[in-house]
Amino acid sequence: MKDKIMYETNNQTRREFLKLGVVTLAGGAIATRLGIFDFLKPEAVAEITEGTGRRWGFVVDTTKCVGCGMCVQACKLENGVPFDSNVSRTWVERYIQKTDGEVIIDSPNLARDGFITNNPLGEQVPEENIAKAFFVPKLCNHCDHPSCVKVCPVGATYKTPDGVVLVDREWCIGCGYCITNCPYGARFFHPTLHVVDKCTFCYHRITNGMNSACVEACTFGARKIGDLNDPDSEVHKIVNTERVAVLRPHTHNEPQVYYIGLDHIVV
Amino acid sequence: MLKVLKLSVIVIFLLDIAGLAPVARTYIEPSFKAVDGDVMYQWHRTDNETEWEDFTVKYQGRDYCRDCHPDQYDRITASKHALIQCENCHGPATSHPMDPLKLVIDQRRELCLRCHSYLPYRPAEYAELSTGPIPFKMKDPEEHNPGIECANCHDVHNAGFKAF
Repeated sequence: MKDKIMYETNNQTRREFLKLGVVTLAGGAIATRLGIFDFLKPEAVAEITEGTGRRWGFVVDTTKCVGCGMCVQACKLENGVPFDSNVSRTWVERYIQKTDGEVIIDSPNLARDGFITNNPLGEQVPEENIAKAFFVPKLCNHCDHPSCVKVCPVGATYKTPDGVVLVDREWCIGCGYCITNCPYGARFFHPTLHVVDKCTFCYHRITNGMNSACVEACTFGARKIGDLNDPDSEVHKIVNTERVAVLRPHTHNEPQVYYIGLDHIVV
Repeated sequence: MLKVLKLSVIVIFLLDIAGLAPVARTYIEPSFKAVDGDVMYQWHRTDNETEWEDFTVKYQGRDYCRDCHPDQYDRITASKHALIQCENCHGPATSHPMDPLKLVIDQRRELCLRCHSYLPYRPAEYAELSTGPIPFKMKDPEEHNPGIECANCHDVHNAGFKAF
């Protein structure tokens, strides 16, 4: 009796209400079967947002690097990493494979002053004993799945929506878990600030229309930065049309620094 | 034991009333957020992104230098050193001429040798200039006038010899 009064005031009988309900449910079921609501699935939403968003990426052409180390100098001065400390956000490694197969790897002073003499680790290698040799600039790989971020106990390191891995200096407690968990050795304790420091891709420059300091300092075009999702950017073109490789892919960190001219002796 | 438990519940309750509950539990910054619902990689204090964006730029780029030193800008961009940034040798401009008042020029041999010292694994050609590839000039620093600053004879702004 009570129900009837309620429905009557809504100008609708219980029968009509149930009928409408059945039709709605049936319609919904058909629509779902036809995939009409698929655009609401999280994967589909992610596909749309990820496809259009900016994703900073980096390309290192090792064939062009001459080991001048101007990138390291610029990085340290731009980002306030104490110049005389033995830590740096970017560095250059020299690889020399001798004719007897021995591989020598060195990076004196992290290449802050460049490579001026042919004496890796204090050893003079005669030119005729060198089978192959080259330089490999390194920096944070700004991974898609950064293992360093996963282990931060306080949420002080994170990936920005445009793909850059940063450290919150206000929030870092300096436990160092991320330093040990980076497969690339890209993180270190800042000597004066006592928090973890690392390459930011020069976030303050790239978000304000400039190139990273190391990219600007490179006279040889060995370093490039850009939006990997922008079909017009140089890094997009290189990564999608040339043969590129990443460092230590077996760690499944999905690094976003792509290398031209890598070799199996590069670690 | 029960008494302590009761007491702590009362204390937390009182802190709650006083608006200090976050202190009693875990202090979370208001801007903490898992962006895009990504708790694993994007759980952070979102204010920090802006803090990094606002970090001071020190390398201003050669266009900044051109405003006051157009003559030197024109000379170097017309030379084989065209792609070397002013600040590579002169240091970061930051807010020059206010701060620093004067830039220190690095004139040591070691600066030039970063590129021009002979190493067997340096490329023989330099192909970055729009004018086409040129031989990459390398010298053995032990043999080529040791102990004398390169800038004594060479004009780095036109990548040639100084006019005497």
